[in-house]
Amino acid sequence: MTDVALETRNLGKRYRKLWALKDFSVSLPANKVIALVGANGAGKSTLMSIAAGILPATEGDVRVAGRVVLLSQDKPLYRSFSVTDMLNFGRHMNTVWDQQRALDWLGRFAIPLDRPCGKLSGGQQTQVAMAVALGARPSLLLLDEPLANLDPVARREVTGELLAEVAENDMTVVLSTHVVAELAGVGDHLLLLREGRSTLDGDVDELLSQHARLVGPRADSPPVEGQIVQSGHTERQSTFVVRTLLGPETPMPAQWQAQPLTLEDLVLAYLKAAASGVREL
Amino acid sequence: MIDFYVDRTGSVPAYAQLVQQVREALRLGLLRTGDKLPTVREVVTSCAVNAATVLKAYRELELSGLVEARQGAGTYISGTLGGSADPAAMDRLRGRLRTWVGDARQAGLEDDDMRALVTSVLAEPPGELSAEQRAAQAQAAREQQNPRSAGPR
Repeated sequence: MTDVALETRNLGKRYRKLWALKDFSVSLPANKVIALVGANGAGKSTLMSIAAGILPATEGDVRVAGRVVLLSQDKPLYRSFSVTDMLNFGRHMNTVWDQQRALDWLGRFAIPLDRPCGKLSGGQQTQVAMAVALGARPSLLLLDEPLANLDPVARREVTGELLAEVAENDMTVVLSTHVVAELAGVGDHLLLLREGRSTLDGDVDELLSQHARLVGPRADSPPVEGQIVQSGHTERQSTFVVRTLLGPETPMPAQWQAQPLTLEDLVLAYLKAAASGVREL
Repeated sequence: MIDFYVDRTGSVPAYAQLVQQVREALRLGLLRTGDKLPTVREVVTSCAVNAATVLKAYRELELSGLVEARQGAGTYISGTLGGSADPAAMDRLRGRLRTWVGDARQAGLEDDDMRALVTSVLAEPPGELSAEQRAAQAQAAREQQNPRSAGPR
């Protein structure tokens, strides 16, 4: 339907004996915001590094449409360079460069151009790294938790401006984050990693319409057919998170209720299921 | 101009929240026909939601006839809500609600209990029952409008 921004086939990456990614096949839509979620060590950074071409895969293929820029947690800035120097550096390091776009970004956040990067606050450094990343006009921008050191207000602002950049340019953003609660309305597409594999991959709205929390009297299994993501029991009550065709619209027998999930609920249900390892997904 | 906000803690999807806020503003008279809605970019930056979310909300509003997109000029309010509903119907609903609230107080419910109850009922997926109810309501309205056609008594 839509163009593909990033496609992998049986991608694998091994560090000595440990597989950080294994049999990893996804196809991510272009011009979307893709939320990449997973526990620590699930393979998020590995995937991004391979997609950016700075880490060789052990096996399999990865295909990316257009220019890729990766912005990682440790911001790639030279402390003695002024902000202007950093932009010049960006211009020389990239075949395509949009100085105005980089300057616009810095202007929006009132970053002083003549100050050395080392003298900027953590948040300001993030903005400079972001400006350099955007100046390179990426078709695919990979953000590996770069917003982590921004305060909540700045994070919201940056997210907003970033989403506007996505809307106005041909750009796909893959955003890896731990702050699942802030993803609502931000990500179009969810990609959930678990132990180097893709556990959940799809359009956020579609996924939400296919999942529900079922609450009812204690039972060993839910009253409807579907994939059980998570289950919990108290003495008298059972709760199941299930994936079914109709999600919260699933007709329920008496005494049972089907409730919609928030994006955070959904992600947490899958992550917890992974952590407890009770059920193979 | 309406100021959108997006609550990320509830289970209402972001696009549905935007739709709700426009509807609410229309009901309260904060938005009127001809008013301009914020541009997609403005909502994207101020609420930090993706463009697809805003477009989906605006499309839904457009489909329900509340707004119209003018090519290159933005999205404008073109319909009305609530206030324009049949005043008699509004009165009837209000009366029934007042009776209901009285009953609920009698049963020992507090305001918060009632709100929770209303919210939970509103959150129920529209099932067969509400379709029947709607049919019954339509029937009742028809009978009220011209009682002679309701058949011999």
